[in-house]
Amino acid sequence: MQVHTHTFDVVVIGAGGAGLMAALYASRNQAKTAVISKLYPTRSHTGAAQGGIGAALGNLEEDHPEWHAFDTVKGSDYLGDQDAIEFMCYQAPEIVYELEHMGVPFDRTPDGRIMQRRFGGHTNNKTGKPVRRACHAADRTGHMILQTLYQQNLRQGTHFFNEFYVTDILFHEGRVAAVVAYELATGDLHVFHTKAAIIATGGWGQLWEVTSNAKTLTGDLPAVLLRRGLPLEDMEFFQFHPTGIFKLGILITEGVRGEGGVLINDLGERFMEKYAPTVKDLASRDVVSRAIYLEVKAGRGIGGGKYVYLDVRPETVNKYAKLDGRTNPDGTPYVVTEEILRKKLPDIIDFCKTYLGIDPMKEPIPVQPTAHYAMGGIPTTIKAEVIRDENNTVVPGLYAAGEVACVSVHGANRLGTNSLLDIVVFGKVAGKEAAAYAKQASLAPLPKDAADFTREQLERIKNGRGNERVAHIVAEMKEVMQEYVGVFRTEEGLDKALEKIRELKERFQHISITDKSSKYNLELMEAWEASNMLDLAEVTALSARNRTESRGAHWREDYPKRDDQNWLKHTLIWMENGKHRFAYKPVVITKWQPKERVY
Amino acid sequence: MKVTLKVFRYNPETDQRPRYDIFHLEADPNDRVLDLLEKVKAEHDGSLAYRRSCAHGVCGSDGMRINGRNRLACKTLVKDVGTTIVVEPMLGLPVQKDLIVDMEPFFEAYRKVMPWFINNDPPPEKERLQTPEERARFDDTTKCILCACCTTSCPVFWADGSYFGPAAIVNAHRFIFDSRDQAAAERLSILAQEEGVWRCRTSFNCTEACPREIQITKAIAEVKRAIITGRLD
Repeated sequence: MQVHTHTFDVVVIGAGGAGLMAALYASRNQAKTAVISKLYPTRSHTGAAQGGIGAALGNLEEDHPEWHAFDTVKGSDYLGDQDAIEFMCYQAPEIVYELEHMGVPFDRTPDGRIMQRRFGGHTNNKTGKPVRRACHAADRTGHMILQTLYQQNLRQGTHFFNEFYVTDILFHEGRVAAVVAYELATGDLHVFHTKAAIIATGGWGQLWEVTSNAKTLTGDLPAVLLRRGLPLEDMEFFQFHPTGIFKLGILITEGVRGEGGVLINDLGERFMEKYAPTVKDLASRDVVSRAIYLEVKAGRGIGGGKYVYLDVRPETVNKYAKLDGRTNPDGTPYVVTEEILRKKLPDIIDFCKTYLGIDPMKEPIPVQPTAHYAMGGIPTTIKAEVIRDENNTVVPGLYAAGEVACVSVHGANRLGTNSLLDIVVFGKVAGKEAAAYAKQASLAPLPKDAADFTREQLERIKNGRGNERVAHIVAEMKEVMQEYVGVFRTEEGLDKALEKIRELKERFQHISITDKSSKYNLELMEAWEASNMLDLAEVTALSARNRTESRGAHWREDYPKRDDQNWLKHTLIWMENGKHRFAYKPVVITKWQPKERVY
Repeated sequence: MKVTLKVFRYNPETDQRPRYDIFHLEADPNDRVLDLLEKVKAEHDGSLAYRRSCAHGVCGSDGMRINGRNRLACKTLVKDVGTTIVVEPMLGLPVQKDLIVDMEPFFEAYRKVMPWFINNDPPPEKERLQTPEERARFDDTTKCILCACCTTSCPVFWADGSYFGPAAIVNAHRFIFDSRDQAAAERLSILAQEEGVWRCRTSFNCTEACPREIQITKAIAEVKRAIITGRLD
């Protein structure tokens, strides 16, 4: 493995929305910036985001950033840090306009402004009814934002290293010194000597069997930081999106329910009425996912199976809109036609046609909850600075933004449309802050053996002679995560999961791979990714076992109540010589005291 | 059901020339071709190399030739292609290993058409206005995921890689017909060059190959018409 060295002011790891926004702002602020991605940037999973980006523009009806902030706090089950939430929601209108100015082709209202739709958990705070807050570009809003940000980076001449896997971050006396990457095309190693690094690598939904997440979302960088002695925050909070295509897990946007689609059980009942009498199908995701599981458990899944129907046929939409008394902004009754829905949900209709062979305008869609989003991750301050402990001690030069980070704006449960908002708001903050840091910092000395830890890990995999296969280990991990670390959890189940994960970690020491070549050795990198997933699976199950309450997406059947007395706090977890340690950080509360959460 | 998967193999470090490996697999009619490749990799030959990420047709990583036609492996179901499935790399770009081609020439052509929004007027406080009709004008070409299925199905591109190719033109179209953008004239003059739209011989291969069902040939024709007439309606 040949080693190449590069020097930059700021290295951005990951090229989704957060990374590209960070890169744009770092280079606009005169930092010599590189973006390293294990994919081509436009392959990033931001492109799979469908429904919209939340901002209280009030283009169609009354709305306020303060309402958006309260909805986010409530959605987070009061675990979100309210200073960060207020910052994000007040920034939202400005940043959506900024995206529009960069060229994002939002859908338009008749008078030419940005179109907005309803989404789960976003309400008019006076009436409690759903509000039109999700700014959208058909049902491919993330795709449009990703393409636009990539294009603006090309325009600006950002330096891209595509298909490079970041395998390590090196520190000198506690501050960032270098980022190490493996080049897929050659098998060479690259040491990026840098003043600052921004981690923006997204989530790790591949830990579960049924997932909406791309196959490349394996949590590499959080695992790298764990190995380098840094903590992760709130790993027990992982969101299951209520509507994944049955078995495949492919996401069906909440926008379908925003446009009037409803969930139906085997008895033909619109069962969300029971669980969320006010907003019904537009309750927040944790609530809806649990409701689906409870229906299935009670034998009311379709045909007794493990799924329910999402029905967006125009006649169904119109029937329930009438029952709900739903109106348009001008007060006229809300009525949809097939033509309108086809324009608003083209990709969803295409997915259903391709993968299910059905037309959702004629038939309901079979759905089940699907692993979707990491609320937890790398702990940061509101300025996107990575912290190393419960006292918010900053790691100089290290930043994180987007899904990989835990600011925390999503707390125990994220609202739909807040992920796209999070990535652009905090990507921008990270880019600016990193550039400012780089301006006054010098390069930390580069250790001579910079690439050694990476080389050692990769060579151990390449030279393995055991009988274990990576694919089997990963499949078994996904199975136990799905079974025991999913929507409902118990101590007994979590213990089983932990036992299995530890067995798998041991077996991972005895893997072998077939491909010994240097060029495009994807088998090697997938084995390395598996090692990352195993580390994250372990800290996820441990954090879930540790938190003896139910809050947001973390639901313990043996502790079914939220316990603010003991658990209104963030979890930090460290991995030290194979052992784990916890500490806690208080939740930042500005003006909303925790209260019972009813939708 | 039983399927026979015939896969193009080439490892530049060990192989003098490419070969085809044959795998007999048990499959569900609703399996994606990508699922079959994943199965081969997990159970038969871990060294099989191909790109993939989202696995549901939105990231554009796994464009390849399936039974002679460019498709995304994650958007092609077994039941749609039959029980004998031949998988090969896309044509016209250098093969790096197995199903992986060098994407750089493709992205180079993309970058040449200035694929970024340009409006140098100071932006308004809120959004720039655009009517739903103006927005609809370029909707189709915003769907492009840069998978290269179109460009590598184009006979003109096969014959001469200096042709920008359909994907680059699609991405130029997306801006040329966006009422908010100000650089249509520049883009049209780039596309009027020798490597530009006039190379297109309207074979419709691109339109047939597009996994996003973009009317690519139509978009190219609209660009040609705009060059001739100087009008953007």
